[in-house]
Amino acid sequence: MPPAAPVQYLPATGVFSATWLLVLFPLIGAAVLLLGGRYTNKWGPYLGVLTPCLSFVFALFLWMAMIGRSGDSREISSTLWTWIPVNGFHVDVGYLIDPLSMTFVLLITGVGGLIHIYSLGYMAHDERIRLFFGYMNLFVASMLILVLANDYLVLYVGWEGVGLASYLLISFWYFKPEAATAGKKAFVMNRVGDVGLSLAIMTMFWAFGQTNFAAVFGGIGGAGSGVALALTLLLLLGACGKSGQFPLQAWLPDAMTGPTPVSALIHAATMVTAGVYLIARSATIYNASQDGRTAVLLVGAITLMIGAIIGCAYDDIKKVLAYSTVSQIGYMVLATGLGTAGYALGIAHLLSHGFFKSTMFLSAGSVMEGMEDTTDMRRFGALTKAMSVTHITFLCGYLAIIGIPPFSGFWTKDAIIEAAWDKGGTSGTLLAITGIVGAGFTAFYMTRLMSMTFWSKSRWRETFRPHDAPKVMLVPMGILAAGALCVGGILVIGRLLQNWLVPSVGEYTEGVRAVNPWLMSTITLIVVLFGVAGGVQGFVRRPVPTTAPVPVSPLVMAARHDLYDNAFNEAVLMRPGQWATRVLVFFDNRGVDGLVNGLAAFIGGTSGALRKLQTGFVRSYAVGILGGAVVALGALLLLRAA
Amino acid sequence: MISHLASASSTAVAAGDIKLPSISYSALSPILVVFGVACLGVLLEGFLPSRLRPQVQPVVAVLGFAAALGCVVSLAGTHELTAANAVAIDGPALFIEGTLVLFGMVSVLMFAERKADPDGGALVADAASLPGQGTHRLAARNSQTEAYPLMVFAVAGMMLFAAADNLLVMFVALEILSLPLYLLSGLARRRRLLSQEAALKYFLLGAFSSAFFLYGIAMLYGYSGTVSLQGIAVSSGLLGKTDFFLYLGLGLLGIGLLFKIGAVPFHAWTPDVYQGAPTPVTAFMSAATKIAAFGALLRVLYVSFAPTQWDWRPVVWLFAILTMVVGAIVAITQRDVKRLLAYSTIAHSGFILVGVAAATQNGISSSIFYLLAYGFTSLGAFAVVMLVRSGDGEANDLGQWQGLARRSPLLAGTFAFLLFALAGIPLTSGFTGKFVVFSAAIGGNATFLVVVALVTSAIAAFFYVKIVVLMFFQEPRAEGPVVVRGSVLTYAAVGVGIAVTLMLGIYPQPVLDLAREAAQFGFVS
Repeated sequence: MPPAAPVQYLPATGVFSATWLLVLFPLIGAAVLLLGGRYTNKWGPYLGVLTPCLSFVFALFLWMAMIGRSGDSREISSTLWTWIPVNGFHVDVGYLIDPLSMTFVLLITGVGGLIHIYSLGYMAHDERIRLFFGYMNLFVASMLILVLANDYLVLYVGWEGVGLASYLLISFWYFKPEAATAGKKAFVMNRVGDVGLSLAIMTMFWAFGQTNFAAVFGGIGGAGSGVALALTLLLLLGACGKSGQFPLQAWLPDAMTGPTPVSALIHAATMVTAGVYLIARSATIYNASQDGRTAVLLVGAITLMIGAIIGCAYDDIKKVLAYSTVSQIGYMVLATGLGTAGYALGIAHLLSHGFFKSTMFLSAGSVMEGMEDTTDMRRFGALTKAMSVTHITFLCGYLAIIGIPPFSGFWTKDAIIEAAWDKGGTSGTLLAITGIVGAGFTAFYMTRLMSMTFWSKSRWRETFRPHDAPKVMLVPMGILAAGALCVGGILVIGRLLQNWLVPSVGEYTEGVRAVNPWLMSTITLIVVLFGVAGGVQGFVRRPVPTTAPVPVSPLVMAARHDLYDNAFNEAVLMRPGQWATRVLVFFDNRGVDGLVNGLAAFIGGTSGALRKLQTGFVRSYAVGILGGAVVALGALLLLRAA
Repeated sequence: MISHLASASSTAVAAGDIKLPSISYSALSPILVVFGVACLGVLLEGFLPSRLRPQVQPVVAVLGFAAALGCVVSLAGTHELTAANAVAIDGPALFIEGTLVLFGMVSVLMFAERKADPDGGALVADAASLPGQGTHRLAARNSQTEAYPLMVFAVAGMMLFAAADNLLVMFVALEILSLPLYLLSGLARRRRLLSQEAALKYFLLGAFSSAFFLYGIAMLYGYSGTVSLQGIAVSSGLLGKTDFFLYLGLGLLGIGLLFKIGAVPFHAWTPDVYQGAPTPVTAFMSAATKIAAFGALLRVLYVSFAPTQWDWRPVVWLFAILTMVVGAIVAITQRDVKRLLAYSTIAHSGFILVGVAAATQNGISSSIFYLLAYGFTSLGAFAVVMLVRSGDGEANDLGQWQGLARRSPLLAGTFAFLLFALAGIPLTSGFTGKFVVFSAAIGGNATFLVVVALVTSAIAAFFYVKIVVLMFFQEPRAEGPVVVRGSVLTYAAVGVGIAVTLMLGIYPQPVLDLAREAAQFGFVS
């Protein structure tokens, strides 16, 4: 590995020197809404919607300015102020805006802005809607800090900020016990990943003395393979926590107890993709470690299968979508594990996923709104007519995710499968097969979802009056649905995104084993169609029971229990953890406290004894003085003699 | 021995070269002003109608102190030996004089508090009459206004004590400051027998220690033929003399001084006297006597015994350790708030001895800074004690302080803050003081002493925090204390204590600079 050239970013000029405005708008929104209290109740939600939209408009300006620059002058960095000026450890707060962060800024503010608008309708009847928008603004601000940071420590601030916002929003309806529990679970499992990221930052500080991107990327070439491997694995652990990747995926489905716009924005489109961003941003580090990339591939492959399998078994519409998210992020992580051949493809799939998954979540929210907040798909059915617009938007997302040409998923997912095959060797073959099988499962569970919700016979109660959501919700859904249909194609055809991202993640390279892409796509499509057929056969042709059938095959049973992941976590991590706590508490009570209490008792006893010297008699005091005099004179004269 | 000295001076007379020493009245002006105000107070006591005295005396005292403070400020930077080299007006002397008059002002506020006790001030006229006797009812309404001139005399003695450059003058000053304190200790309105017992004990033990002091002077005169501090330093540098008398003299002199600062094992009077004396007097003693005595100790050690510092420093270490450890440990089991503060003051004397033992310029500056900081905190704390009362006088039993925060959160919070300062928690002057004293000791190669001091600070923190817990986290007793509404005077005293404690904790630099500039004894040989 030749030592990498020192990384140089251009100083910010012109409109880019105001990049921080992107963060400032939602930050002000959050501050006003959270600190303003009930005085902002009346107009607060509108302010909350306005701020991400302002950021989006400004991001569009920046984007156009960036397009106007030549390819090699699109990485712009600037320091805002010095955060930690300690001798030997210096951290500046600054930003880096390059094609990668620009892409994310557009996704976060664009999709985020639409979801904010949708929330106006969805949360209209919640009396704490002002607080909701405060948290959402806090999330947008934190997420923008995360993707705009030019230093891992600053990135970590955003990383923790989105974790906090996620926690607050999952347990937004904290009075529901499952929401409170889910928030806590998300927080705790995210901490595991955060430890990985913080250890990675400490390793950077240890190895390079600095934590900013330029220093880390510049130094990684000369740092040795051990440091590179450690960094890749630790960053991967961080990514697994935030992105719900194996083995830290269990929190994401539970997080669906939060309000649906939250699921769409945070737990589908943006925050859970932060792990993918982290790996793509650290491309220089991953390029330096083959073993690290292998670990990423493994995590991605396992997760995409787990998510897809479990997704087939759930009856809760949002949980199916959640496991679908887990599975789709698995695809993205797998892509980033392919190195320079895959970073751009991972980001492409991330973008198209951002559109089609948020479309489906928002549509699911619309369904729930019409069905009195029911999420059990066994209680749905025959909603095509009653919710015609929702059905169409959902259908757009559906076609996009299962990868029917020419919609988004077809371009971005197939590109990943193809790149995996191109990697060559047995591993390439296995990864490609995993991807294809996963695509088949995806087709099956998504068809099952569509069938049970829309196409099968009605199973809802007579009292329900299914209807489409109000316009304020339908318009964002429509825009996102349109994006879901075409974004993938726009990005991948002609390698638009690959070329755009070159400054950030490096030159796009073809794999070693080129295959006719149409052959690969055909095979994938056939498998997908099998999945669709399975779904139609099982859930449209046959009647759907309103309660889940009990005697089922062990595989289905396992899938219904999240492949026993929660049970595994409880047995392997939670119980030993509890035991360790008990042992420590015991040791603390008996050992440490015993020592402390013993010491205190000793001093107290000494005090009691010494106190008796204070007799109250002048004569004994005088004797004390005399004794002291003897000691003082003796000591002085002895020292003189010495 | 006196006759011996007398014969020495008579020899000088016989030689016929007697000359009136030149006296720089301007350099002595702070001390002279305070003496003058004390005399004026005595005159007022004689000629003013009794109903006017309680109003006029405190005003005169405070104005006198203010005038003296003005003199001190105008003398800043003076280095002058005057009155036949008997008095040195130098940095430490002026710093201590200024601090003393400030302490005096705050103490006068507490002396003048007449609202807290329904029967009048904390000091009673005609203290010998017991409750129930015929004269009692008449006396009960009278406050003891002689207390003001007595206290001003004490301050004057203290100022001279810290400035004396001659052991005989120092002894005279010691007596000037001690005698009024013995008297004041016996004037408590409540629990009179306890107060009078305390006064008697203080007097007896004070006389005992004065004898040590005087005997030490004799030994030093015998060694060097002079009672001048610098003369002793000069002759200790000469060779060919047996230095037995030098160290004997130092030891005996030191015992007298250690008694005044309440170092273990010369401390036994402190808890009894602090408990028995009227609280304003206790507060005054804890702040003012301590800084005066430390001023004299610093001067003796740093001027006369600078050449022999390697011989006495280990002895100071020994007494510092003893004082810190015993003070902190015995305080733990105290049940009376005034006794507890007395043991706390003993422990603080130990901490200051740690700075004294450094024998460097930082040793001086850190010690006098600590004394200033501690004095104001202590005055504030005792002022709070004055306001917490039960039916019969102050509620000094700690049990009665339970749950005080429920009844009077502001007062409890104030007291907690002052306790934190005494414990040396950051953002209070106590932390700054300990920090500078301990760094001075480390600079003076006494790191082990600092380790002991830190361990003792931890022990001491226990009983300060214990009171905070008692006040804030326990249910108040049914027969708990009443927090009375004092007059504005006591609140002012508390306020000054809090303000200085906070200021020196947050922004101590000006005062630290002042102490550093002052930390140079004039004419060190």
